[in-house]
Amino acid sequence: MSDMTVPADLVRMTAAQMADALAAGEITSTALTQAHLDRIAAVDGDIHAFLYVNTERALETASAVDADRAAGVSLPRLAGVPIGIKDVLVTKGLPTTAGSRILEGWIPPYDSTVAAKVREARMPILGKTNMDEFAMGSSTEHSAFGPTHNPWDLDRIPGGSGGGSAAALAAFESPLTIGSDTGGSIRQPAAVTATVGVKPTYGGVSRYGAIALASSLDQLGPCGRTVLDTALLHEVMGGHDPKDATSLREPVPGAVAAALEGASGDLTGIRIGVIKELGGEGYQDGVRQRFEEALDAARGAGAEIVEVSCPSFVYALAAYYLILPAEASSNLAKFDGVRFGLRVERDTIERTMAATRAQGFGDEVKRRVILGTYALSAGYYDAYYGSAQKVRTLIQRDFDAAFAQAHVLVSPTAPTTPFKLGERIDDPLAMYLNDVATIPANLAGIPGMSIPAGLAPEDGLPVGFQLLAPAHEDARLYRVGGAIEALLTDAWGGPLSALAPDLEVAK
Amino acid sequence: MSSLERADVARLAALARIDMTDADLDRLSGQLSAIVDAVATLEEVADADVPATSHPIPMANVERDDVVMPSLTPEEALAAAPQAEGGRYRVPQILGEDA
Repeated sequence: MSDMTVPADLVRMTAAQMADALAAGEITSTALTQAHLDRIAAVDGDIHAFLYVNTERALETASAVDADRAAGVSLPRLAGVPIGIKDVLVTKGLPTTAGSRILEGWIPPYDSTVAAKVREARMPILGKTNMDEFAMGSSTEHSAFGPTHNPWDLDRIPGGSGGGSAAALAAFESPLTIGSDTGGSIRQPAAVTATVGVKPTYGGVSRYGAIALASSLDQLGPCGRTVLDTALLHEVMGGHDPKDATSLREPVPGAVAAALEGASGDLTGIRIGVIKELGGEGYQDGVRQRFEEALDAARGAGAEIVEVSCPSFVYALAAYYLILPAEASSNLAKFDGVRFGLRVERDTIERTMAATRAQGFGDEVKRRVILGTYALSAGYYDAYYGSAQKVRTLIQRDFDAAFAQAHVLVSPTAPTTPFKLGERIDDPLAMYLNDVATIPANLAGIPGMSIPAGLAPEDGLPVGFQLLAPAHEDARLYRVGGAIEALLTDAWGGPLSALAPDLEVAK
Repeated sequence: MSSLERADVARLAALARIDMTDADLDRLSGQLSAIVDAVATLEEVADADVPATSHPIPMANVERDDVVMPSLTPEEALAAAPQAEGGRYRVPQILGEDA
């Protein structure tokens, strides 16, 4: 089915092209995996997308896949296509830190369900990608092991918390990566690196073995450079898992079929709702311009564009910054220096715990744990956590009303293009504003996607276009996102990712 | 809802088992106070007559078959412990002198 010629630079192929070329015997997984390891060796000193590079075992998987393919063994679609895994996922035998000193050097004794599925899919694991500590942040600057740099401009943030997973894609270090999205940690990094990221419906991907941040918000999802690649990975990751009590029982949505249908670029009969509250004031001019242009392209392909209003979204950020810290303060209680990770020994267990957590946690983690402890304390619980949970109901009602008028809802993914490293590190509230457009989906449990919308004219940096669909309707994201991607790629004359600076020449 | 004072942050840090130096308290209490002020807009909906949503996709009585599944061996479970002894996690003194 592949009529392409294999390019000299293997790392610039899409994952779908890699899979086809592997199946056709045009390339080997060993060559493909080695090409990515070489690319990591060449550029990751500047990017720092990876916390750990899994060289030997990645090549072992690749060589086993090549041997099976040569022997005519039937293999999964993505067998032999390499992948990077966000360090929030527990991986047996590979160091797992969640970006925190408190887990430095920990080698998990078991696999998360998603890591096990990646292994079943026979995908060589290139390594573990960098992230804000315990996924708390929007820039990766809260990683205890140093920030990731945006491949589009090394002085700028790659988004967060999954900046490592997004930057690895944009820098052609990996064709696919896995992320986690609690308030936008897949979609916002995708936006600022001109890549694609999907947060599935809450419960669509098993979280067994994912180091929990906020359990009523967290969701794992696929990241890629194209909508189709992301769909291929979504189908590997998704599905019911009895080890996760919040796992949905329904089958994985037909992401790949929807992406292929969307690739025709036809949007006849599709109603797209523009969320009035996620745009306008506070959104950078170039972000608004590229967003409007993407809407024009959709309109030109037959979509009907309507405006919808979600008045309760004004409370979303405040509700999120109560629910998240409250749940995080409980989830992070397990880091106590007893069973795994760091221990700073004192004369009693209580003093040991307090000294361990003081040394092991960074400032943002301390801020949120203390805030959550406050929000859950006697006398404040109703006013804070209780009110925030009421806001979730109001936001769900807003979404229900909006989805009665449109098949998908859209907005810019983030209010701005990537800002400079260090610019907001001492101003938590300014940092939190990055996620203003992505948080409502987490509060409501609905699926969301970010696709590249172009480069802002004023700074030449990536802009993201967000699509949201009703719960369980993840396939709509791929159908409509795939179409808009096709329309914009035609208009640009090729994928936006190809325009990213050539990091090896730049040196 | 009131702003967080330095003493409040010190008390909360003790409850959360995080040692704080004076410099930590100086740095974090101002930031925390600003965050608490920012989320205070929620007071507007505190009295609203709407049900609370604790979980975005409601589920009840999630069960699995009552069968033995593979699990970690004691050696695997203890392998990453800072200290272990006799098949158990070893920790410093748990009770205070006067307990």
